[in-house]
Amino acid sequence: MATNRVVGRPFCGTRVITMPDFKTKLAILLGVALSVVVLYGFLYLEREWEIGALLVMVPLGVYFLRRTNALTYYQHAAREMPRFTWISFVLGAVVLIMLLRHDDFALLMLTTVLLYATVSLGLTIQFGFVGVVNFSAVAFFGIGAYSMAALNQHFVFLPDLLIIFFSGAISALLGALLILPILRTRGHYAALITIAFGILFRTFLEVNDVLGGPQGLKVPALEMFGWNFGNSFPSEMGGGSFYVAYAIVALVLVAIVYLITRLIESSWLGLNMDSVRLDEVASAAFGINGPRWKIAAFMLGNCFAGLAGAVYAAMYGFIAPANFNLSDSLLLVSIVLLGGIGNAVAVIPAAFLIVVLPEKFQVIQEYRLLLFGIVVILILRFRPSGLMPRGLRQYFAGRFG
Amino acid sequence: MRQTVLQTKKLTVSFGGLKALNGLDVQLYEGEFLGLIGPNGSGKTTFFNALTGIYRPAAGSVLLHGNDITGAPPNKVYAYGITRTFQRLRLATSLSVLDNLIIGNQRNLNLGLWHNIFNRKSFKRQLQEQIQISEELLSRFSRDLAVHLFKPVSSLSMIDRRRVEVCRALISEPNILLLDEPSAGMTPDETRALMDELQDWRVKYPSLSIILIEHEMELINKVSDRCVVLNYGEKIAEGRYSEVSMEPGVRAAYLGED
Ligand SMILES: Nc1ncnc2c1ncn2[C@@H]1O[C@H](COP(=O)(O)OP(=O)(O)O)[C@@H](O)[C@H]1O
Ligand SMILES: [Mg+2]
Repeated sequence: MATNRVVGRPFCGTRVITMPDFKTKLAILLGVALSVVVLYGFLYLEREWEIGALLVMVPLGVYFLRRTNALTYYQHAAREMPRFTWISFVLGAVVLIMLLRHDDFALLMLTTVLLYATVSLGLTIQFGFVGVVNFSAVAFFGIGAYSMAALNQHFVFLPDLLIIFFSGAISALLGALLILPILRTRGHYAALITIAFGILFRTFLEVNDVLGGPQGLKVPALEMFGWNFGNSFPSEMGGGSFYVAYAIVALVLVAIVYLITRLIESSWLGLNMDSVRLDEVASAAFGINGPRWKIAAFMLGNCFAGLAGAVYAAMYGFIAPANFNLSDSLLLVSIVLLGGIGNAVAVIPAAFLIVVLPEKFQVIQEYRLLLFGIVVILILRFRPSGLMPRGLRQYFAGRFG
Repeated sequence: MRQTVLQTKKLTVSFGGLKALNGLDVQLYEGEFLGLIGPNGSGKTTFFNALTGIYRPAAGSVLLHGNDITGAPPNKVYAYGITRTFQRLRLATSLSVLDNLIIGNQRNLNLGLWHNIFNRKSFKRQLQEQIQISEELLSRFSRDLAVHLFKPVSSLSMIDRRRVEVCRALISEPNILLLDEPSAGMTPDETRALMDELQDWRVKYPSLSIILIEHEMELINKVSDRCVVLNYGEKIAEGRYSEVSMEPGVRAAYLGED
């Protein structure tokens, strides 16, 4: 029997778009520049009507770009050159940080967005890939934060970079204890276990005197690469808030975590995780050990949360049980739902919306949970795959050079 | 005398009070095409589920090459070279056809962290190998299907999905293949094409043993070397189709149903 050749380029699906390299790169850079401008406005503007105008313009812009096929073109460009896209966005974020370098509040928001995006990438692996629910993300974020504080207190000699890693590891290990009851239960019950864990964690912090009880703990500023992160940048260096350094650290963290998430997705690991989520029985019939993948994903996701929590603690300089509420876990889950379950890129714009909007609008601030509840219901009802639905797996860039 | 590859002894599966399988003795020889027939609800699917570790037998044993594998979990059973299809399709419909096939080839994949995350060159080599295997396999079964290798399974017709499921079960070159009504919903022509391909496959892999659950008696008559008839979880007849179809018990079981 004659074999049929597959038409199209195997790694990017069957649609073939050929663009010369420089055009592809130009498209990507334009996209980055546009994002930087929009995000700058979003973070910098303060009046509600200005932000409101921006929020109206963005969907209109997206609609326009879609109608003119520019968006499709752009998506193909990003799929053809993922590495270039990644580097460009990281550099774009550096530019954004530089633009905002004197604006403490904007930098604080930006850093929070990047740290929340890091946690959401962990949730993407747990929830989006392997299908383990986690409504206690903020507890793991908190474990990272408290590990940072405690290790700094008791092991002064440890370098901070190592402490950050340890905080992630501690988060992952404590999460491993929770996975055992989760594996034994299904569906709603697993969700309830994680919720219970989140509440338990907070209560534990409140009654535990070693960890500061309800008053919490002080955390010294980071000291890495010979730089004390508590200092603002002197004018010889161009000046800038001390938040600049934290924003850069958070950026490096999210960039690496994003890369890891994408590499997992585009390998057999991600394939197996998806398979477990979609049909655990059928997966098992093909040799896939469901619990093993669930444990791996759960630990890795919590490790991400712990890493982000450690940086967060150092940046705020002070942590208390009240920072780690169930409502914050729900917020993180809503980032993943809003962006698009399982789509790693999507958590970044979603984290921007969910973190920054309440800071800009008094109304949202007051009715935060109510509004997010409504948003989640609307998404689940009308667009269950989120604003940016996850596409088919792409193992490699479309172009081999 | 041909070698026995799989044997069940007094295999019993109960659901509460109901004995879906009751003391079943079945033998499967190397290279054999065994038909498994019986009215609806007679326990055929349950038999597959008990073999593949999805249900745990209440009593009895399963022997693979004489070794007791009773109650082995599904992933172990797969590792022993037993694969299956499902009566109600169980593909990952939101994933591509390629992804689904690769899932079936699990035991030939390198799952190491280094290979998957860091050494992308060696990963790419394995991916290309898998793409080639998948493409060849698919085009054996349907020339048009191979074109859809990178499409999501949800975009395929039911027939093509069944073919993908058969391919997913074959891609790891199993020793024992369990097919649960693979031709449901196919036209006679499509069914014939599927069976022809299976026969071709058997020529290529003569030691492959197949158990086929099938409603179409004509088909069983044509392809099976031997068949086992179940009714209410018990074996009521065994032998060549032409013989068992004459037995009064079998006729009664089927007439009672029709
Ligand atoms: N998971 C289950 N729980 C309860 N009863 C079941 C289950 N699976 C199968 N059964 C029962 O076992 C009997 C055999 O079912 P099955 O093996 O699916 O039959 P067949 O495949 O021959 O049509 C039926 O009476 C069915 O209702
Ligand atoms: Mg059945």
